[in-house]
Amino acid sequence: MIEVRDLCKSFGARQAVAGVTFSARDGQITGLLGPNGAGKTTSLRMLYTLMRPDSGTIEVDGIDAARAPMEVRRRLGVLPDARGLYRRLSARENVEYFARLHGMDAAQARARAAVLLHSLQMDELADRRTEGFSQGERVKTALARALVHDPRNVVLDEPANGLDVMATRALRDMLRGLRAEGRCVLMSTHIMQEVAALCDRVIIIAQGRVVAEGTPEELREQAQQQNLEEAFIKIIGAGELEAAP
Amino acid sequence: MNAALVVFIKEGRESLRDRRVLLNALVLGPLLTPLLFLVLMQVIVGREIERAEKPLPVTVIGAEHAPNLVEALRQQGMEPGPPVPDPEAAVREQRIDLALRIGPGFGEEFRAGRPAEVEILYDSSRQDVRGALDRLEGMIGSYATRTGSLRLLARGIAPSLAAPIVIAGRDQATPQARGAMLLGILPYFLILSVFLGGMWLAIDTTAGERERQSLEPLLINPVARAQVLLGKLLATAAFSMTSLVLGLLAFMAVGNLLPAGDAFAGVSIGPRFVLQVLPLMVPLVLLVAIGQIGVASFARSFREAQTYLGLAQLVPLIPSILMMIVPMHAQLWMSAVPLFGQQIAILALLRGETLSALGLGLGAAATLLAALGIFHLTLRLFLSERVAISS
Repeated sequence: MIEVRDLCKSFGARQAVAGVTFSARDGQITGLLGPNGAGKTTSLRMLYTLMRPDSGTIEVDGIDAARAPMEVRRRLGVLPDARGLYRRLSARENVEYFARLHGMDAAQARARAAVLLHSLQMDELADRRTEGFSQGERVKTALARALVHDPRNVVLDEPANGLDVMATRALRDMLRGLRAEGRCVLMSTHIMQEVAALCDRVIIIAQGRVVAEGTPEELREQAQQQNLEEAFIKIIGAGELEAAP
Repeated sequence: MNAALVVFIKEGRESLRDRRVLLNALVLGPLLTPLLFLVLMQVIVGREIERAEKPLPVTVIGAEHAPNLVEALRQQGMEPGPPVPDPEAAVREQRIDLALRIGPGFGEEFRAGRPAEVEILYDSSRQDVRGALDRLEGMIGSYATRTGSLRLLARGIAPSLAAPIVIAGRDQATPQARGAMLLGILPYFLILSVFLGGMWLAIDTTAGERERQSLEPLLINPVARAQVLLGKLLATAAFSMTSLVLGLLAFMAVGNLLPAGDAFAGVSIGPRFVLQVLPLMVPLVLLVAIGQIGVASFARSFREAQTYLGLAQLVPLIPSILMMIVPMHAQLWMSAVPLFGQQIAILALLRGETLSALGLGLGAAATLLAALGIFHLTLRLFLSERVAISS
C-alpha cells in the first residue's frame, strides 16, 4: 500500500512536481501515466527516498518515508529509471550483491538469487557476465535484483522501455504474477498499450499535477472517448490548458 | 555481515576482473617508477664517473708558445685539439666546448718570472661545460703551483711560506646521507605509486558507477550511505596499499641494480626499510583514497574525474620541489603536514636516521584527521541528490 499526498519538488525555478496525490493498493497494478517530463520519474524518486520532497508526505504500508526511510526502502522493490548492472559480475552475482546489502547471509542470498533467476527463466544465463546481455536480459536481471528481498510493494519506472515484443510479454506475465500474490504494484509508463493491458487503476500526470484518476473504463467515460488513447490526449490537453497562465 | 564489507568485497572482486584496473593499479603504477628511477640513477652516476676519468678534449690555440704547459696538461688527461679559425664564434655556436688560447708573449713573460696569461674561452650558460671548465682550471692551477714551488726552492725559499693558510675541508656527511641526496626523488615515487594504485578504483566506483547507471539502484538499498562510502574507500585503499607494497618490492630489486660506487654506499632499500615505510604510509593511503573518491564523486563524468585526478598526482611533487629549491632544515611542523611529513620521514629512513616518535605521531594524527574531514565532506556530497542521479 502506497499513499502519496501533496508532493512538491522544484529544481531551481522549474517546478517538476506540483502537488501530486495518489494511492496504490495491494493486489492491484497502478499505472502512473503521463507524457515525457510530466514529473513521473521525479515523483517515483521521492517515493523510493532517493530525493527529498520540498513538501508533502509519503507513506508505504503506513510508514512515513521522511521519518523512517530505511524501513520504507525495505518494503519497496524498485526498478528505477537507471538500471545499470555491474558488467564484470554475472547475473547471479549482481542479484546476490543486493541480497547481501539487504542483510542476508551468503547462503540465504545464494538461495534467493537462484529462486528468482529460475522463475525469470534465466538459469542458463545466470553465471554469465552481464556484459553481453540483451536489453530484455538486462531488465530481467534488474527485476530479480529489485525483488530479491521479497518486497510487498513493487515500483517500476518505465519497465517496458526498450523491450521487444517477447520480452514485453514476459514482463507483463511477471507483473500479473506479482499482483496475484497480493502485492502492490506501481508502474510509470507513457505507453498506452501497457496501461490497457495491465493496469487496474490509472493516474494521469501532466505538468507535475494529477489531472485524472480511475480505472481505464472510468477514464474513457470521463473523457467521453471510446479509445483510451483519445481519452488520454483529451485529458492531458485539459491539464495543459489548466496549467497555462 | 557489515554492509561496508559487502561493498568492499564486491568492488574488489569486480576490479580484479578488470584488466585495465590491474594494468594501471598493479603493474604500471608500482613498476614504472622504479624503472624510471633506475634509468635516472644510471644516467646521473654514469655521467659523474665518466666526467672524472674521461680525457678532456680542449681546442688549444698557440700550443707552440708553451709546449711544456701543454705537455703537463696532456699528462693530466687533457686532449689538445687542433686550433680552429675563429675560436670565440666556435664556442658561441657550440661547435667546441672549451678553447685554451696561449699568446705569443707567454714564453717571454714566463721566463721573466712575471704572471703569464692564458685565456680559456667558454660559455657559462652551458651547464654541461661547467665540469670540464673546472677540470681544466684545476689542471692549469696545479701546474702553476708546482712551477711556483720550484721557483721558490731554486731561490732557497721554502714554498710553504707562500701558503700561509691551508684549508682542510672535512665533509661530515655520512656516505649514506650523500647517497640519500641522490635518492631525494624516491619518496615522491613511492607516494606516486599510492596515487596510481587507487586512482582507477576511486573513479570507477563513483563517477564510473554513476555513468553506468548503477549508482541509483545501489543507493536505493536500505544501507546508510556512510557504509557504502566506507566500502568504496576500503577497496580503493586496498588497491593503493597493494600498489605501494609492489612498488617497494620493485625498488628493493632495483636497489641491487644501482650503479656501484661511493654514491650509494650505505644506502639500502632493504626489508627493514620496507617494513618501516609501510606503517608510516597507512594514514596517507587512507587520505589519498578518500581524497580521490571525493574528487571523483564531485566530477560529473568519468573523463572529468580522470582529468582532475591526473592533476592531483602533481600535488605530492610540491613538497619535493620545495625541498629542492629552498633547502630547509626538517622541522617538527613539517612532519605534521600530510604528504610533507611522510616524505621527510622516508628521507630520514634512507639517510639511516632514527625517526622522532613525536614527529611520526603528529604526522599520522594530522593525516588521519585530514582523511576524516574529507570523508565527511564526501559523505555530504554522497547524501546530496546530485550524486545519486545519473542524468
